[in-house]
Amino acid sequence: MNLVKYLAVVAVMFFSFNFAFAKPIATSSSQPVAHDVHHGGQSESHGGMVDTKHEIDAYKEHHLADSHDFHLFSYGKEERKHIGFSLPVIVWTTQGLKTFMSSAFHHNDDGTYVYSHDGVKLVKLHSKIYELNSGATHLSFDADHHPINASKVLDFSITKSVVGMLLAGLLMILGFGSLAKGYKKGAIPTGIGRVLEPLVIFVRDEIARPNIGEKKYRKFMAFLLTVFFFIWVLNLLGLTPLGFNVTGNIAVTVCLALFTFFITAFSANKDYWKHIFWMPGVPVLMKIVLMPIEVLGMFTKPFSLLIRLFANITAGHAVVMGLIAVGYTAREALGIPGGFGVSFLLTLFITLIELLVAFLQAFIFTMLSSLFIGMAVEEHDHH
Amino acid sequence: MNLIHDFSPGLFVIQAVILLVLILLMRKFAWKPILDSLQNREEGIQSALDAAENAKKELQNLQADNERVLKLAREEKEALLKEARELKAVILADAKSEAEKESEKIIKQAQETIVSEKRAALADLKNQVAGVSLQIAEELVKSELTNTGKQQELIAALLKENSLN
Repeated sequence: MNLVKYLAVVAVMFFSFNFAFAKPIATSSSQPVAHDVHHGGQSESHGGMVDTKHEIDAYKEHHLADSHDFHLFSYGKEERKHIGFSLPVIVWTTQGLKTFMSSAFHHNDDGTYVYSHDGVKLVKLHSKIYELNSGATHLSFDADHHPINASKVLDFSITKSVVGMLLAGLLMILGFGSLAKGYKKGAIPTGIGRVLEPLVIFVRDEIARPNIGEKKYRKFMAFLLTVFFFIWVLNLLGLTPLGFNVTGNIAVTVCLALFTFFITAFSANKDYWKHIFWMPGVPVLMKIVLMPIEVLGMFTKPFSLLIRLFANITAGHAVVMGLIAVGYTAREALGIPGGFGVSFLLTLFITLIELLVAFLQAFIFTMLSSLFIGMAVEEHDHH
Repeated sequence: MNLIHDFSPGLFVIQAVILLVLILLMRKFAWKPILDSLQNREEGIQSALDAAENAKKELQNLQADNERVLKLAREEKEALLKEARELKAVILADAKSEAEKESEKIIKQAQETIVSEKRAALADLKNQVAGVSLQIAEELVKSELTNTGKQQELIAALLKENSLN
């Protein structure tokens, strides 16, 4: 019961931060300004203030995408001031590797600002960096708002997601490093280790052991534990007002799922492959029919992993932002106190659920990973 | 949202590198020592529990042993006592029969002695009677020499007396 209380307190804390950050936008735009908004989800129509439904949608989409600078909040009615810091951009262009700070784009995210750097012209459009084709001076769009005279560059920037990952890794190394060091002093951990040790035991006894088996689980513990805590910490970071959305990034979940896929494939024993390519105990015709199905299964398993994590976290972020936005969109119908009251209650509720989802998704990912590994290393009884 | 469009190859590569490095670092500096310590501790707890269980069993065994020894001693004591009691009875019976035999022997001897004494006494008596008879006869013979009538009378009386025997 104490754990539940603790979680509730943390949820409320996270949530009130979120709300506090949302507030300045609300007060600064309490008087709706009629503006026509550009097509294509641009929120710069009145200096980055978020007010109308369209702007809210654009803001949401902008948040769900990765970002090249670390934006905390903005203020100011006439001239928007953005508080945050820029991050290093590392891109592989036609002219080779280029590195500079993201402030070079001057917070421009709609491709209108062209940054020339060592002979390459770069623009940033919806958090993606494009290189203008030679001869082009500005970005042109087709009817669907896709750039036509520029190509995407290979982007190794230290983006917000990368910062999030590094932060999560650092937290893990600090936390579990201290737990590991604590064992040198005595068998019973102290401090933060008291919280972390049961979690490690949970992963070992509830996830790895029952699925992989007593004999072989140890080999996969490093991966399972790292992935479990990595996903969980990143999910929780995503609930803070820092606004990380790392595990809601398709590239990140693809990478995580591929790790599971390769570990499963490389640790699989002969029986596993035999069950895929030449299923024992069924007629030859069935063996041939089953082969493509089983091969497909090999890929659908990690695919389900990556989609599940991505969709859950993205949906969670979208719902939280959507409910905060209720405060603005329902302002006219319910009045400012009514709109924000409803928004507050709904967001509080959903943030609590998101806190559960953050754990649940980490758990499910690790659980299924260990299940797949367990299937691959299982010793079959020969009939 | 377009998933393929949103997929950032650069982020993918960075994530792969970070994850790989993190797994290796965590394995070396965290998971291995943590899991080892946990295992050691669990084994320690298990062995302590086993030892306690063993000690308990040993104690129980010891108690059972003690009880057994005690019982054995008691039984031995009983047996000894019984034996002694039996021995006593036997000895008593033996002594009794011995005494009986002895007494019987003594009585028999006594009886034999009595009989022989009696015989001797009778013989003696007969001798004495014979002596007395001879003296009487002597007296008679002496008196008869003086009085023939009277002698006749005396002989008759004596004979009368003697015939009583």
